[in-house]
Amino acid sequence: MSLGIAALVTLAATCVLGLTLPKTVEQAEYSRMIAIHPGIAWTAYVASSVTALASILWLWPRTRHERWDLLAGSSAELATLFTALMLITGSIWGRPTWGVWWVWDARLTLSALMLALLLGYDALRRVPAEPDVRARRSAMAALLALVVVPVNHFAVTWWRTLHQGRSLDLTPKDSLDGSFLAAMTLGFLAMTLVYAWLLVHRVRVARLEDARDDLALEAAIDERRREAIPVAGA
Amino acid sequence: MWRDAVLVAGKDLRIELRSRIALQQVGPFGVLVLVLFAFALDPDRGILTRAAPGLFWVAVLFSALLAVQRSLAVEGADGVRDAVRLSGLDPAGIFLGKAAAVAVQLLVLEVVLGAGVVLLYDVHIVGIWTLVAAALSATAGLAAAGSLYGALAAGLRVRETLLPLLLLPVVAPVLIAATRASESALTGTSFEVSAGDWLGLLAVFAVLYIAFGLLAYGPLLED
Repeated sequence: MSLGIAALVTLAATCVLGLTLPKTVEQAEYSRMIAIHPGIAWTAYVASSVTALASILWLWPRTRHERWDLLAGSSAELATLFTALMLITGSIWGRPTWGVWWVWDARLTLSALMLALLLGYDALRRVPAEPDVRARRSAMAALLALVVVPVNHFAVTWWRTLHQGRSLDLTPKDSLDGSFLAAMTLGFLAMTLVYAWLLVHRVRVARLEDARDDLALEAAIDERRREAIPVAGA
Repeated sequence: MWRDAVLVAGKDLRIELRSRIALQQVGPFGVLVLVLFAFALDPDRGILTRAAPGLFWVAVLFSALLAVQRSLAVEGADGVRDAVRLSGLDPAGIFLGKAAAVAVQLLVLEVVLGAGVVLLYDVHIVGIWTLVAAALSATAGLAAAGSLYGALAAGLRVRETLLPLLLLPVVAPVLIAATRASESALTGTSFEVSAGDWLGLLAVFAVLYIAFGLLAYGPLLED
């Protein structure tokens, strides 16, 4: 509860601070995207890392526990959400600053591939299965996808250096103005808190879903048994 | 392990040789994709010739999906999957065998599609050995990753739709690297990132997924 309040308060503060940022010479109104876009991108990476880590913890026999599987699945869904938001806010920011919605930059391409990997993982998780089977299957899938991330990184970076230099450099060359830095930092905090809050509840819901499936199975077996009694009696 | 791999690969290849599914369906499909590219891109302006390496590898990728689906379908019927699992064969051997069978089919397909590209797209091969090295390492990676994801999706009812979604983003680096390496083999020009670097990346990809398969195929089969 207190986590939720903290998340909402920081999110509101980010909005207020972001909207009251002064216009800049180069980007006019659009520089205000700095309040949310970097924070969202950071959270997408955090959420993906949590999924990878939780999957490894599940696979490791000594730390194997149902909660790691639920954590991995819940975090992956949020990673999908934040990666999609990152691409959307990035496009909205890119349109006025670069003149196009999308450039085939290494970082952008990697994010798009990341989203595809996450969507695949989420789809695999949604296939009905026993919790144990689902856990092994999705942990393996997470690890298989994790293996490809560094290879992807090199492939995409080299691919782009073939044609042109990096079209955007996200490390700021000029130091950011104080109010922009404050808005960005607050954005990081707000998005991380929102992620943590959503994660806690998504894990809780996942646990309830599993419990409901168990109950539904028991109820179905019960019903079959009751159907059988009159036949046996007759 | 090696003996088991040879057994499994021999089984799969014999089935393909006798059923001729790969020969009569997957191969023509790949060639058809090449023809469709010519419809989509104007053949008169030299776009096809310039884009040939990429188009070739996209056609290989789509055909590889079919080959992996087929390799699963072979074991889907009559509980063969359970039989293989209970046969006492080394899981690492089963993985190597299945991947090798897919790889052999893909290599044959690549020769056919390569001839198709040369004939249809007006392409001249300059560096044949670069091309051969790229084909071998890319095929090893595709077959290994395909077999792993195949095992992951094998028992699922939604595998036809799920497998492409899982596999295609993972083999994206293979497409990029193989295309770039073939590009320099066809044009003879060297780029900032040399063909050797791309071949190295393809080899790393193949080694990673083969190693993963050797270690993890057992638990994957238990599903």
